[in-house]
Amino acid sequence: MHLYQLTAHELHELLINKELSAEELNNYIFDRIEAVDDQIRSYITLTKESALERARVVDKQIQAGAKIAPLAGIPVAIKDNICTKGVRTTASSKMLSNFIPPYSATVVEKLEAAGVTIAGKTNLDEFAMGSSTENSAFFTTKNPWDTERVPGGSSGGSAAAVCAGAAVCALGSDTGGSIRQPASFCGVVGLKPTYGLVSRYGLIALASSLDHIGPFTRDVTDCALILEAISGNDPKDSTSASYKTPDFFASLINDVRGLKIGVPEEYMAAGIAPEVRLAIEQAMSLFESLGAVVEYTTLPHTEYAVVTYQIIGSAEASSSLARYDGVRYGFRAPDAEDVMDMFMKTRGQGFGPEVKRRIMLGTYVLSAECYDDYYLKALKARTLIKQDFDRAFEKYDVLLSPTSPTPAFRFGEKAVDPFHMYLSDICTASSNLAGIPGISLPCGFVDRMPVGLQLMGRYFDEGTLLRAAYTFEQNTGYHQEFPEI
Amino acid sequence: MTQYETVIGLEVHVELKTRSKIFCHSTTAFGGDPNTHVCLVCLGLPGALPVINKSVVEYAIRAALALNFQIAGFNKFDRKNYFYPDMSKNCQITQNDLPLAEHGYLNIELNGDTKKIGITRLHMEEDTGKLVHQGSITTTPFSLVDYNRAGVPLIEIVSEPDLRSPEEAYEYLNKLKAVILYTGVSDCKMEEGSLRCDANVSVRPAGSTEFGTKTEIKNMNSFKALQKALAYEVERQIEVLEEGGRIVQETRTWDEEKGITLAMRSKEHAHDYRYMPEPDLAPLVIDREWVEEIKRSLPELPDDRKERYVRDYGLPAYDAMVLTNTKELADYFEACVADYSNPKAVSNWIMGDLSRLLKANGTETTNCPIRPEQLTAMLRLLEKGTISGKIAKVVFEEMFASGKDAEVIVKEKGLVQISDEGAITSIVEEVIAKNPKSVEDFRAGKSRALGFLVGQVMKATKGKANPELVNKLLKERL
Ligand SMILES: [Zn+2]
Repeated sequence: MHLYQLTAHELHELLINKELSAEELNNYIFDRIEAVDDQIRSYITLTKESALERARVVDKQIQAGAKIAPLAGIPVAIKDNICTKGVRTTASSKMLSNFIPPYSATVVEKLEAAGVTIAGKTNLDEFAMGSSTENSAFFTTKNPWDTERVPGGSSGGSAAAVCAGAAVCALGSDTGGSIRQPASFCGVVGLKPTYGLVSRYGLIALASSLDHIGPFTRDVTDCALILEAISGNDPKDSTSASYKTPDFFASLINDVRGLKIGVPEEYMAAGIAPEVRLAIEQAMSLFESLGAVVEYTTLPHTEYAVVTYQIIGSAEASSSLARYDGVRYGFRAPDAEDVMDMFMKTRGQGFGPEVKRRIMLGTYVLSAECYDDYYLKALKARTLIKQDFDRAFEKYDVLLSPTSPTPAFRFGEKAVDPFHMYLSDICTASSNLAGIPGISLPCGFVDRMPVGLQLMGRYFDEGTLLRAAYTFEQNTGYHQEFPEI
Repeated sequence: MTQYETVIGLEVHVELKTRSKIFCHSTTAFGGDPNTHVCLVCLGLPGALPVINKSVVEYAIRAALALNFQIAGFNKFDRKNYFYPDMSKNCQITQNDLPLAEHGYLNIELNGDTKKIGITRLHMEEDTGKLVHQGSITTTPFSLVDYNRAGVPLIEIVSEPDLRSPEEAYEYLNKLKAVILYTGVSDCKMEEGSLRCDANVSVRPAGSTEFGTKTEIKNMNSFKALQKALAYEVERQIEVLEEGGRIVQETRTWDEEKGITLAMRSKEHAHDYRYMPEPDLAPLVIDREWVEEIKRSLPELPDDRKERYVRDYGLPAYDAMVLTNTKELADYFEACVADYSNPKAVSNWIMGDLSRLLKANGTETTNCPIRPEQLTAMLRLLEKGTISGKIAKVVFEEMFASGKDAEVIVKEKGLVQISDEGAITSIVEEVIAKNPKSVEDFRAGKSRALGFLVGQVMKATKGKANPELVNKLLKERL
């Protein structure tokens, strides 16, 4: 067992027992980054100096005999579409390659208040558009289990960093599966909370009604710790819920007796790899053996989820990304002839192909001729998808499915066909449309590549998800497998 | 020649004078160095989110209730998408399909008739920034942008096409401004841009029920300009139709100097704004109780006040309308009549000399140098005969100029009316002696001659003689 394989709660014990100082821990993680990140390429920017400075403050508190918070001194990586004051935040786009935010996102402020040290900013698909991190304008991140394969996306950098021990925990964002799918590909725990539980203030928007911020961790306990730290109402985000944060840590109970688990047939159907199906069926059996009731159920509108997600997501993105015009900040194309030319050249040169594709799609579906046939229909489909979940949760406490139909694929395998890439969102996009919470945790391996189990829950019922996930983890131990890197 | 009917609808933007902007804490104060009244939100920085300012909603509801609107319980905001560098996000947050208020109306008066003008909707939206450049944005070597006004709250008020002449449009705008000023939510200064107006205008053969093709007119900087632009446009459209031409649906700009409307580039109205729900703002549910509370806090509005003036003070409808046109003037009037029991006399002075002096000096009613109790004190001097009506006018001007009490001015300038029979009799006799021709005329039945003689006496007493007494004494001696 290496130090970089330990979880935040294990490291916390070492810190308070003075077996390890926060400064040593942080130095150690930066050494680990230096050792592996040439191969993984999970970070865009490292913030070693400020991390060490904060670590020394934590050490002083420990020396003074003060009680430190559970995450104090723990190095956390932040996806590079979450604003960090004074630290370049690029969204992996040429458009923002020189953008230094004058403010920090609410989640960053909350984590800093909880005492974490920020290790750096991690790679993603440009503006979080993608499922493989291949759309980063800078470089691609590799899967630590097999560097020939993608880490998933769009939060590929955060997932890979936690997986490889280049950070203890990380934050990502999830618009159609961008936390859960890379968590699944990298064999770590990733949670997309209920819409409104975690403030989006400071998250560079892809599609505001679908965007969520959530944690990547090595186990469910750390997931609860990070969620506890970042959740809560934020007056700066009007879509943030006035919901009192429960004590997520108290949900970590190894007991699922009587829990009703539904397995949507549609998530186990076409396109799912046989080995993935097998791993999920084993998980179902395990839950049953632990006293849960597990049944197949149906979410009949699932087939519309991906296209609905694409229409709504692209529509919102086309508008949210309109602000990148070279006038106030970010990249500005030189040699423009007039202001419209400046807009066009800046956006033509500043955005990558996937971003342009979605902006065009979004502009199209919102146009007067197409609005009713596409955008309005998608809004209606979204309501139907929500109603599917409402009905299912009348009967079940938790829904269980694979996170992704396949394990991590090879580079270039799907990039040629964007639509095929979009289909990998099939198991995750629905919960973004509905706003319900979902967690992915490792549940097996196919050829040494991790398989992810997804659990979805009722609005603001992260507690039950964490309990089910914790029970599964305690009775399996997949979270203790590490890649050989 | 065919008789034509004019159809006009007005779109009015009113800036709300809340302390901070509609979706952030930046100040709405006018002026300031460029880009100093800004923050992350109104500059549209990545990751910054708008949050609705409750005061803006309150002000908008206030205006809507005063304009007889029904307030929607469920509100949402939308994005209007278009690229222009005065917009920090290249989309404007507005309300598209579910406005704050619908089905309002205003009563306007023209030539003694009252007409009800429907108002379709009232919604909230954010203002844009300002571009500074030479000439056209497509040819200028550079353009400067100031976001101080970006995010200042606006309400847009769209009338029904109920207006039938430029004069009606003018009256509607006047009344709209009067009502909004009463509510105190805006300054409504067209010159400073806190009230802006675009007009849709068309003509159709009289009796027709179908609308003609309309044009939209922009860039009018005053109410008078609006009336002139509409009159011009109506004439232009009729001319085009009479010559067998067709009206092109287009946006036209008013050229104040030349007194004509000109077609703007047709590109301007080919926009598809791609409206969509604003996902960064949660829907706004407006509590009925709150609306009732705001309703209770509204002042008495011009129409009600006018009715009360006719009923309780016995004023002619015209007086009541003029007095209640602004809250300040009506408040002034009421302060006067609280202290003096002849409302018509008060009304005459306010509508006459006071209004004239205020206008000539560009003074706001609230800064009037003559306080209501000073005006009524002067009226009492007049009533007692201490001063004549003629002297009162002189005294009043002096009061306005110096702010002194009437009594002080009368004393200082020796303006007390001469009511001493003896003093006047000697002057009367002198005037009769000096003007035998007029005396003869009068005796021959030319009553006008009396006026001349009275005038001579007044002249000799520098206007201070009691005119009634002069009349009486003259008649006795003729
Ligand atoms: Zn601001």
